[in-house]
Amino acid sequence: MERVLELRDVSKHYPSHHAVNGVSLSLARGEFFSLLGPSGCGKTTTLRMVAGFEEPTRGEIRLNGASIQHLKPYQRNVSTVFQNYALFPHLSVRDNVEFGLRRRAGNHIADRVRDVLDLVQLAGKESRRPAQLSGGERQRVALARSLVLEPDVLLLDEPLSALDPNLRKQVRAELKAIQRRVGITFLFVTHDQEEALSLSDRLGVMNKGCLEQVGTPEEIYLRPSTRFVASFLGAVNWIGDVGVRPEAMRIARQASTNGHRSRPATILHSTFLGNCVHVDTRLSEGEPAVVEISRLGETFAPGEQVHLWWEPADELRFDELHQK
Amino acid sequence: MNRLRAWFLAPTWTFVVTLFLAPLAIILGYSLLTRGVYGGITAPWTAESYQRLIDPIYLGILWRSLWIAGASTLLCLLLGFPLALFISRAEKHKNFYLGLVMLPFWTSFLVRTYAWMFLLRDTGLVNTILQKLGVIHSPVPLLYNDGAVILGLVYGYLPFTVLPLYATLERLDRTLLEAAADLGAKPWAALTRITIPLSAPGIRAGAILVFIPCLGAYLTPDLLGGGKSVMIGNLIQNQFTTARDWPFGSAVSLVLMALVMVLLFAIARGEGESLL
Repeated sequence: MERVLELRDVSKHYPSHHAVNGVSLSLARGEFFSLLGPSGCGKTTTLRMVAGFEEPTRGEIRLNGASIQHLKPYQRNVSTVFQNYALFPHLSVRDNVEFGLRRRAGNHIADRVRDVLDLVQLAGKESRRPAQLSGGERQRVALARSLVLEPDVLLLDEPLSALDPNLRKQVRAELKAIQRRVGITFLFVTHDQEEALSLSDRLGVMNKGCLEQVGTPEEIYLRPSTRFVASFLGAVNWIGDVGVRPEAMRIARQASTNGHRSRPATILHSTFLGNCVHVDTRLSEGEPAVVEISRLGETFAPGEQVHLWWEPADELRFDELHQK
Repeated sequence: MNRLRAWFLAPTWTFVVTLFLAPLAIILGYSLLTRGVYGGITAPWTAESYQRLIDPIYLGILWRSLWIAGASTLLCLLLGFPLALFISRAEKHKNFYLGLVMLPFWTSFLVRTYAWMFLLRDTGLVNTILQKLGVIHSPVPLLYNDGAVILGLVYGYLPFTVLPLYATLERLDRTLLEAAADLGAKPWAALTRITIPLSAPGIRAGAILVFIPCLGAYLTPDLLGGGKSVMIGNLIQNQFTTARDWPFGSAVSLVLMALVMVLLFAIARGEGESLL
């Protein structure tokens, strides 16, 4: 695995708070890596340190093996797709895309601009101004403007959050396809766990300035190493010290003895969600638990006494003392 | 409803008609009459005042006014832009800096122009200090020339460029500059390719606010130009006082006004096109 970007114990401290605390991370070339976390967790600050807009208080950032943390943004071969796209309003689509190419010599500029505009499906809109484009088109211009420079790492700061939800899923698929085609390393910052899970080869979950866990989407979702990671990636029912995801739980009218875990519970109510049904229950110990069941299966009436069961393998266990 | 509207508009109309349109009509009338012997106007009607305007002497004054106003505007922008940029990017004390820019307005423009005369004359502060330091042996003529007039105009109108420039620069989206740096633009390239083009509205507003009053400036060329550096404003003043040629003074006033309006119209059209 060829390391293209490496963060070594990187911290960013402001007088009022510690935005990023000892983050260490390394990205393989061609990888789609996401930093996932709630707002204020330090993921954007981490991205901005890689871009060069913020200087780390401590630690080292290496690009292709060379320290870059003291370099200016224009000296680093990384490029950013900003959350609001930051397109230059006075320049046409073509001029926006050419902006970074001007300083580079060569007469292939026109070819490269045409290729990248084809790639993001903006051919024919070269002379439009950003104000004349839709949100999705602007996002693609921002992407093209960075991709055309062939950066070692492309940094994306919540690039889908400004799009409306219907468009977001479509653009998500396009983004992934483009990344596969160009083979450029993507460092993608998001607070949307579905985005991170569906797009990434690997992802890192951040909380309060610290990187809590790094792994593939499956590892993070199925074997979260902290309670925070478990809850941030999806709903969890906490039963004593273990967590069980709603979709890993089943409801039975009879107690099961097949080596499953089982708890008696009372049905509170069911919520129809279209593709599935969420059943709210209360365990006999008094804790609430939500079970996701197929809308094609059995139905349960409020007040019914049932048994919740799950496979031991689906339990999420933490030994948080080891974590910190 | 319409009656109410008329009542509300009445003060404005009264103001515009009695204090603007009526005097303008009087000036137009004067400009088309013959000069009286001791000032004032007499019959008959004539366009002679306008014909006299094409005399090379007057065209020279017009040209001189245009270039002095143009040079002053350019200098104001060159000096005002870095200042406005500095204030808009200051981490704190912005209002203090803006206060400093506006501080001269607390004193009369006339007094401040006189102060310049005291600084620039042969026995003034600048010449005295330079002589004491041995830089020069005899006083350098700093006063009563075009340079002094431009200096006075730039000094007087600099705040009028700083304020509109500050207003546009303050609104400029900072992420655009981050994006420029991110795409490899060094600070100077970001300034010329992003900041300056995007502050065009402020540059335009600042230029208009300086160029128009400079074109019609009267006090500054009178005091700092010392009669040698005559601008169109001095010409007009002269016609109504010493020369006692009210029709010609009126004609020059109207031509100046027409010139300004044509310029404004051209700028407004240019703005409209660039926004489309």
